[in-house]
Amino acid sequence: MTREMTGAEMIVQALADQGVEHVFGYPGGAVLPIYDAIFHQDKVKHVLVRHEQGAVHAAEGYARSTGKVGVVLVTSGPGATNAVTGLTDALMDSIPIVCLTGQVPTHLIGNDAFQEADTVGITRPCTKHNYLVKSVTDLPRILHEAFYVAANGRPGPVVIDIPKDVQFARGLYTGPTNAGHKTYKPRVKGDTDKIKAAVALMASAKRPVFYTGGGVINSGPAASRLLTELVRATGFPITSTLMGLGAYPASDPQWLGMLGMHGTYEANLAMYECDVMINIGARFDDRITGRLDAFSPGSKKIHVDIDPSSINKNVKVDIGIVGDCAHVLADMLDAWRALDPKPDKEALGAWWRQIDAWRARKCLAYRKSDDIIKPQYAIERLYALTRDRDTYITTEVGQHQMWAAQFYKFEQPRRWMTSGGLGTMGYGLPAAVGVQIAHPDALVIDIAGEASVLMNMQEMSTAAQYRLPIKVFILNNQYMGMVRQWQELLHGGRYSESYSAALPDFVKLAEAYHAVGIRCDKPGDLDDAIREMISVDRAVIFDCVVDKEENCFPMIPSGKAHNEMLMGDNPEDIEKAIDEKGKILV
Amino acid sequence: MSTTHYPAATAIERPERHTLAVIVDNEPGVLARVIGLFSGRGYNIESLTVSETEHEKHLSRITIVTTGTPMVIEQIKNQLERLVPVHRVTDLTAAGAPIERELAMVKVRGRGESRVEALRLADAFRARVIDATIESFIFEITGRPEKIDGFVELMLPLGLVEVSRTGVVAISRGPEGM
Repeated sequence: MTREMTGAEMIVQALADQGVEHVFGYPGGAVLPIYDAIFHQDKVKHVLVRHEQGAVHAAEGYARSTGKVGVVLVTSGPGATNAVTGLTDALMDSIPIVCLTGQVPTHLIGNDAFQEADTVGITRPCTKHNYLVKSVTDLPRILHEAFYVAANGRPGPVVIDIPKDVQFARGLYTGPTNAGHKTYKPRVKGDTDKIKAAVALMASAKRPVFYTGGGVINSGPAASRLLTELVRATGFPITSTLMGLGAYPASDPQWLGMLGMHGTYEANLAMYECDVMINIGARFDDRITGRLDAFSPGSKKIHVDIDPSSINKNVKVDIGIVGDCAHVLADMLDAWRALDPKPDKEALGAWWRQIDAWRARKCLAYRKSDDIIKPQYAIERLYALTRDRDTYITTEVGQHQMWAAQFYKFEQPRRWMTSGGLGTMGYGLPAAVGVQIAHPDALVIDIAGEASVLMNMQEMSTAAQYRLPIKVFILNNQYMGMVRQWQELLHGGRYSESYSAALPDFVKLAEAYHAVGIRCDKPGDLDDAIREMISVDRAVIFDCVVDKEENCFPMIPSGKAHNEMLMGDNPEDIEKAIDEKGKILV
Repeated sequence: MSTTHYPAATAIERPERHTLAVIVDNEPGVLARVIGLFSGRGYNIESLTVSETEHEKHLSRITIVTTGTPMVIEQIKNQLERLVPVHRVTDLTAAGAPIERELAMVKVRGRGESRVEALRLADAFRARVIDATIESFIFEITGRPEKIDGFVELMLPLGLVEVSRTGVVAISRGPEGM
């Protein structure tokens, strides 16, 4: 199909041809022709956010909960620079985004024109790839290529910077082809010999553990299903990163919970003591490994990743398999069944007994209270009251995020949207907007902290405009909780600037945004209040007033290994956490 | 407990010097992507040359000399291959000692005995005179970087004014292409 049209019309046509139903954006001078083209059609719906960072996070929430590419449309200059945090977030967490930015007309580029910024220069290190479209003849190819690059291989954000004169210029539009790309051809099928070697190593394992990540989710629902089959076929324990939660059902007895800095005792010790580690779609991030030279010292390591640069980046592995998780898992499962291994039952039994002993340590236990809501209790109740519903959870960043990861149990992939790699406070509320747009009838909850949520609070206005019944569940401890926790443990309890002295009245704030405000500060009232939040078919801000000084445990202190965890129920541990140098400073 | 929330650096392997050849689409920004990758990830660039090598296909060849531990060199190669306009990356050093050449132009100013000495040394190094005045020469010299270093060092006391070097270009030995 080839048709003459303007650049702006090509953009909207290409979005429609790529199956895009929703675009998250904010208009401005340099994108007015595109907004005019949007006005003239009804295939692609535009969602007007209140800040460009919100647009990218909303598109991320949309992408992560659907598996589709999220699309963003912003203007030049400040529109583009405001999008940078969202783009970086999407790059770190491998989220497919196509971000269209307006640019000043080509003849003004480099002249310090009004609302000009070097968008391709600024976004080069925070995108998977970016384009400056200098001629309308290149525009259709670049538009389709951008979707291909964003979605294939390790997904990521792609920016297309489009000068205003290119949007007005007329040219020939061609539709998408299945030709792929001349240079970017990521490998999806894993090397057969390496897969065989990996399966042979797994069959000989005495203390194996699966360590899985966001790559399984990104690979699609088939990968999660195949992972579950493989884990069950082997009988091995499995843990996952923050990004990978939901790929394996948390109710399963083989599930050890999340690993890493705030992971469970059993997951981290299984990683430390294992003899064979099977990493599927995770990247040995520093929140996971802790001290590198003491990371799982006695294990042979298998690593499956679609990005060759993730293999041997932080941790040297014995078998590195480049490929898409679903493809490799399918081949591993076939190889496992063909091998029909006779695993060392005795050794595996002993391994599971060891794991059960670690589990008996009940690392997530906390002191219950009848007077004050413990944040862990709030998440436990939220989970209990929403688990049987069609629920999606987003979070901000901090203690509440870790408690949500520890206490909310995910049974399916794409139900959990959180900022992992970049750790972006302000992610959860706009992400919830994006999720709710994609799933209008679902229950979408942003588990938030009172500090994070204020960073993109303006998106409540977006929720109001589109009548999105998102629930913002704030664990309000009046502190930037994780900052406060670190200051308590590492800086002698000097809470420098981590107390929010003038918080808004969140109930009144909700009302100002045409939403419903609920406040709860008594454990006895919590269930009813949560039920009320769920039953309201409008947006809700739930101000859950929790214990101000609760810390998030277990915790692997920085520079420590997996077997040096701090536990919340051992005051001696916490006493020891501050080293001599720290004490001198007190 | 350390006061940073990042793990400490671990013991490192010995760094090695590698020459990489990178074939890229000759499009705007491609060099910025390569250089940005090196600066953004803290890799070293000892030398970098770039020029179009296949005009019809719009392909350029970038030759990069870098140092790093074997793990870092593997990372650099993988990270370069991840860039969308990159066609392929070859570690010429890993494939066997490649032929490496660099061209330099060396301006030397002097009269009398030092001028005669500069000319004599240039002859020994097979450097050509490409410009001359009664008080200066410009020499053109080609060779491995160490040879050029040696020549420049000898010119220093003889009135070295300035040096312009191309950086290393390299190609693998034998009949095979990359």
